[in-house]
Amino acid sequence: MEPYPGGGTPPIMEPYSPGTATQAVIAPGHTFGTVTDKISSIVLTRKTSVGWWLGFLVSFLLFNVLMVSITYLVVKGVGIWGVDIPVGWGFAIVNFVWWIGIGHAGTLISAILLLLKQPWRTSINRFAEAMTLFAVSCAAIFPLIHTGRPWLAAYWLFPYPNTMNIWPQFRSPLIWDVFAVSTYATVSLLFWFVGLIPDLATLRDRSQSRVGRMIYGMLAMGWRGSAYHWHRYETAYLLLAGLATPLVVSVHTVVSFDFAIAILPGWHTTIFPPYFVAGAIYSGFAMVLTLAIPIRAIYGLEDFITLRHLQNMAKVMLVTGLIVGYGYLTEAFIAWYGADKFEMFVPYNRMTGPYAPFYWALITCNIIIPQALWFRRVRSNVPLLFVISLIVNTGMWLERFVIVITSLHRDFMPSAWGNYNPTIWDWGTFIGTIGLFLTLLFLFVRFLPMISIAEMRAMLPEARIDDEDLRVI
Amino acid sequence: MARRADVHGVMAEFDDPAGLVVAAKRAYEAGYRCMDAYSPYPIEELHDALGMGHTKLPLIVLIGGLLGCFGGYGMQYWISALSYPINVGGKPFHSWPAFIPVTFECTILAASLAAVFGMLALNGLPMPYHPVFNVARFALASRNRFFLCIEAKDPRFDLEETRRFLETLNPREVSTVAD
Repeated sequence: MEPYPGGGTPPIMEPYSPGTATQAVIAPGHTFGTVTDKISSIVLTRKTSVGWWLGFLVSFLLFNVLMVSITYLVVKGVGIWGVDIPVGWGFAIVNFVWWIGIGHAGTLISAILLLLKQPWRTSINRFAEAMTLFAVSCAAIFPLIHTGRPWLAAYWLFPYPNTMNIWPQFRSPLIWDVFAVSTYATVSLLFWFVGLIPDLATLRDRSQSRVGRMIYGMLAMGWRGSAYHWHRYETAYLLLAGLATPLVVSVHTVVSFDFAIAILPGWHTTIFPPYFVAGAIYSGFAMVLTLAIPIRAIYGLEDFITLRHLQNMAKVMLVTGLIVGYGYLTEAFIAWYGADKFEMFVPYNRMTGPYAPFYWALITCNIIIPQALWFRRVRSNVPLLFVISLIVNTGMWLERFVIVITSLHRDFMPSAWGNYNPTIWDWGTFIGTIGLFLTLLFLFVRFLPMISIAEMRAMLPEARIDDEDLRVI
Repeated sequence: MARRADVHGVMAEFDDPAGLVVAAKRAYEAGYRCMDAYSPYPIEELHDALGMGHTKLPLIVLIGGLLGCFGGYGMQYWISALSYPINVGGKPFHSWPAFIPVTFECTILAASLAAVFGMLALNGLPMPYHPVFNVARFALASRNRFFLCIEAKDPRFDLEETRRFLETLNPREVSTVAD
């Protein structure tokens, strides 16, 4: 986190005008003080805006839909959902994979872009990482509640010494998933919290209310910005980034193993791990854009989350969308080339069977529409980026739906074929998790700094120390 | 050698990071060793200016990772081959390829926990009270000001002399830090 990683002139020194190749990462004219005040004043305001209350109310209502759905599920059983034979895994697994995928962008921005020394990660990494945590919380609900008797899930999932003397089955991708997602949640939380400590100290020092000072003070743990502390802090941060990078690749790989390790046609392919990881990054960046665009407009953060950030995210979306497209092509090609009639039936069924509308909607949302991102005029058009990001989010949900449902509903034996009909409780649980996600986001935006203040300070031109400045020695 | 028991040190406030780095270098050259610099963001140059050594944190993280790796693998081996062996499709009890994903995750988890808690432990955090917080303007250390504090436990410390020395470094202000 030197003033400009990699040396050279920071992009903020270059003239800021739309259409030039490199635009500002921070708009010019900011100082340490203005950056601190702008970001911390959003949290430390005495008056919570009406807009926040309205948004929080709507999110909380949706969250209550989740509570009702889960309560009814526990009381009545999994029969309230649409799962049946042959489709024994429905919305629960689709939503789980969708939410976990969304979480991956946060870790990529925090960890991988740090290792790649990309300055544009700085203003988006805090809330992208928060988005990851909330997405993983939503995701983790599904494996727990879909077990049918979730109160027994503890000894099924976690290896602890229990009264029956039994242990989980470590040869199953389901238990690998438990470890992968738990590790991912824990490491993301640690990484996010460590990044927050210096900013919590800022809030502690600037807070006007006694309660604020106490709470932020306790969370900041007495951080005082000592150079020795910063040195160990930076070391820990870099090591965490190095650890989180293979982790983020491994987590969605293990999630893809839920399908790839099974021998079902359409699932049992080696393209799944890279295809799922690329899809996760794709949907994750779409969600970051979906959140960043309204947030920067509402809170006036265009100086920090500039057009350059949005354009770079659009480019990452384009690249990962193309990889996902390659995944679709590979599936179809290998099905044909492998000459296995069950495998060949899968793409044929997806394109022409009862779920064909979902498949073609998927192709439109994930492949066709995002090709518009090749054009700079589209990448620079903020409302259009917002719409495309929503379309990609929908498309990625459809992709998980198509993968799970089409392979399950028509597998080897035609006499075992059936259909999947989601019920109102399936939808209720899904929409409820969106409510949980939004509720947590609103709370985050209100009580914590959504941009990393300390890292933003390091990016300012004031923070550069040239050799001339030190020549007084 | 005037050293009072209720003084933690003397602190100088600077407006810009370069001023702090220059001051730290001059203080180091003047022979002061027990000092600390405070800034609202990490400043690389302070590492050499203050004469900081290497941190043990990477070693702690490595040890954590190794414990996680062998611990995770060992747990799976003990569970699947010794404590609760189940014949699943004729697969061997010690089915090591299947153990790899969980071993990997345990390695990362243990290493990350070691990194975070190791960093906090080495930094001595949580530490809710520290004498530098007694200086009112120190609240700006988390906003836009930079501080250099020469501590009383340094052998060359002398309240008046050190104050005078700090005044020569172009600070905004020099304060005495009460203990």
